[in-house]
Amino acid sequence: MTVTLNHFSAAFVFALFASIVFGITHRDTAREMIRYGLYCFAMFLGGTLVAGWAMWVLRR
Amino acid sequence: MANSTAGKARAGAGEPVNMMAIVAPAIGWLIPGAGHAIQKRWIRGALLLISISTLFVLGLLMQGRIYKANGGDILDMLGFVGDVGAGSLYIVTLARDWGQGAIAFATADYGTKFMIVAGLLNFIAVADAYHIAIGKKQ
Repeated sequence: MTVTLNHFSAAFVFALFASIVFGITHRDTAREMIRYGLYCFAMFLGGTLVAGWAMWVLRR
Repeated sequence: MANSTAGKARAGAGEPVNMMAIVAPAIGWLIPGAGHAIQKRWIRGALLLISISTLFVLGLLMQGRIYKANGGDILDMLGFVGDVGAGSLYIVTLARDWGQGAIAFATADYGTKFMIVAGLLNFIAVADAYHIAIGKKQ
């Protein structure tokens, strides 16, 4: 069985699970964990999108 | 200086030995999230288990390559260190001879990175389980 993910879905899956672990391990209370997890998720995906557009601009 | 060293030694000897501080990281490395579950952090343990295992298994299914113990290229050695963090997932993969990698798939390299990151994330989870065990974190 082989799973094929495109670039964005791979980045999405990576960001989702890494953010969950970061949220749990880097904060103390449940509320802070959720907030930090969401922050990491946004930064991971946002960073991917910004880097993608930056490469598109550089290529032109 | 000698006095301060002796003072540190005395303080270290006076600390109670916490069995959980040894067991939780060990079991947490072997089974991702188990270090939290054994300390009754059920939800955190379950989330860690799901996150780390899914990332590792997805990496395998994407035809990622598993690193074996080696003394060659520095990146290969670092890859091994990352992979070995996944504990039993790594051991089973190695035992079943999975994770040989397939260059026919463009996403196979993503799979390799997924497995390395899963192992590294488990190292963080192990450190967190240790901090809970010694009372540094709730």
